[in-house]
Amino acid sequence: MSKRHLLALFNNFDEAEAAIADLRAANIKGFDMDDLILKSPIEHPEVERVLGDKPIYVQWFTLIGACMGGLLAFSLVSGAQGNFFAQIKGGKPIVPLPPNFILTYEMFILGGVFITILGFLICAGLPAKRSPLYSAKVSEDQIGILVKGDELAVAAFKAIFTKHKALEIQEEAGK
Amino acid sequence: MEKDIREDIAWAQINKDVLKSLENPRRVYWVILLIAIAMVGVAVGCEIYQYQTGLGVANKNNSHVWSLYIATFIFWIGMSHSGTLLSAILHLMHADWRKPIYRFAEAMTTFSLMTAGLFVMVHLGRLWQVYYVMPYPNERWAWPNFQSPLVWDMFAIATYLSSSVLFLYVGMIPDLAICRDNLHAGWRKKLYTVMSLGWEGTDRQWRNFRITYLTIACFLIPLAVSVHSIVASDFAMSNMPGWHVTSFPPYFVAGALYSGCAAIITLFIILRYVFRFEEYMTLPIMKKLVRLTFAIAMVWTYLNMIEFASVWYGHDQTAKDQLIFKATGAYAPYFWAMIFFGSILPLMLAFKRFQTHLPILFVISILLNVGMWLERWMIISPSFAHGHYPWTWDHDQWPSLVQWGMVFGSFGWFTLLFMVFCKVFPSVSMYEVKEMVYHRSLAQKHKPAVKGEY
Repeated sequence: MSKRHLLALFNNFDEAEAAIADLRAANIKGFDMDDLILKSPIEHPEVERVLGDKPIYVQWFTLIGACMGGLLAFSLVSGAQGNFFAQIKGGKPIVPLPPNFILTYEMFILGGVFITILGFLICAGLPAKRSPLYSAKVSEDQIGILVKGDELAVAAFKAIFTKHKALEIQEEAGK
Repeated sequence: MEKDIREDIAWAQINKDVLKSLENPRRVYWVILLIAIAMVGVAVGCEIYQYQTGLGVANKNNSHVWSLYIATFIFWIGMSHSGTLLSAILHLMHADWRKPIYRFAEAMTTFSLMTAGLFVMVHLGRLWQVYYVMPYPNERWAWPNFQSPLVWDMFAIATYLSSSVLFLYVGMIPDLAICRDNLHAGWRKKLYTVMSLGWEGTDRQWRNFRITYLTIACFLIPLAVSVHSIVASDFAMSNMPGWHVTSFPPYFVAGALYSGCAAIITLFIILRYVFRFEEYMTLPIMKKLVRLTFAIAMVWTYLNMIEFASVWYGHDQTAKDQLIFKATGAYAPYFWAMIFFGSILPLMLAFKRFQTHLPILFVISILLNVGMWLERWMIISPSFAHGHYPWTWDHDQWPSLVQWGMVFGSFGWFTLLFMVFCKVFPSVSMYEVKEMVYHRSLAQKHKPAVKGEY
């Protein structure tokens, strides 16, 4: 059965949250709650009350990026010092740890920042093509709920959205 | 209770007001831009003259091998720290009042770092060989000396600049989407469409955005401290009298935060007027900013005294002589001007009546930065004029007009970059201001109002 997309716009977050709670409670056939997307002009962490906790993996990128950055810096600097015969060491260590620690630390941070951004882009699904069901009002002051479900579920979606005073319901046939 | 911002501002109005700043500033904006371009012209002229004639035109000599270029380099590096303070530190502390003003502070960080970087190249003279400082394998087998704080500088500043640019950009993505959604055609529309990366404000995007922003903020705080500590090491790790002081790194960091905060006050007043941001850059926010600046000024004053005391009570007679020379010799007027502008003048900020008096604050904030610039000059030149060797003692040096022109032009360069940024990108974070308004209206609903000022 072909899937259809619906975007409902709400005036405030409370209405949108109540609509999501109703969608969950209604247990609509042909609709999976994981296919629901909330679009909002600001972050609403409270939405996890009804959508459930979602894992975040960005920190893993941070950890790997920082460690790789530090490791790379230490290897590069120590490798260079180990091969740099022209510099007279005068009995001092060929690979001096205190100054190398400073450079390692800087690259630890640089690696952490760069790979965190990469992780953000991957985890947030960016860059992305804008979905056809999008309203500029979402970046202004309205809350959007985008749902995907079977054709049979559309009537149930609309009923719930209307019940919660949706300002506008956009509809589009999906794949 | 004074409100940082009205909680009844409509969200659509926030978009409208900020987007208007991208199109329709007051006429004075163009005047500022023209002055900035003229100032940059002066610096470019000086640089061309110096490039063609040689570094001698800067009037640097033995023993004055460092002069205004390095002093101004440190000044601009210091200026960059306030963006991190306002954006990252206050973000971690959930200080809501930073939200309308952190964006331009972050931009200030980026552009002051870019300005600082230019001075390294200008100071080098042979600027076509600037890449020598970068560590890469080459056929010359000439690796930089990784034990030198000057090489640490290169690493630290490059890391800070790239991290600050990314921090600024990531924080702007939701606002760029607003710009994209509200413009219908033209190069701006294309620019915002590309830069907003298809942001739609989905719960998944917000969830990952927040943690990313927080993580980078956590990285930036120690990074900012390390950058200025490393710049301090350029001095403190040498044995020059007046530089070999243990408290130099925290002293530099405090000075950096101080000059940055003063600059934020200056730019706050300019942006508030030029872009008609009276609703967002409010007087209660200014009051908090002024108090923060005052506190940092007192920390700087304390660290200054620590520096003098450790030299005075230390057993290094040359360093002590050098301190006396600073206070009584050829540089005495500038030294005492630094003390006045850096430690005495900020006492005015403690008075309530001045905390929101914008014309007075504008003048004070500029004078504070004059003091901070003098501080950097007083770190460098007197040490060269009164070093370990007696032959340095009668080598007075006054920077040439070329050096002064370059310093003058750097302010134009910074202003030019900053003002262009504010015209092309939203200088007030729209989504954060909406969050601020939202949280305040929620608090208003659920809590009784607290009487009295906080």
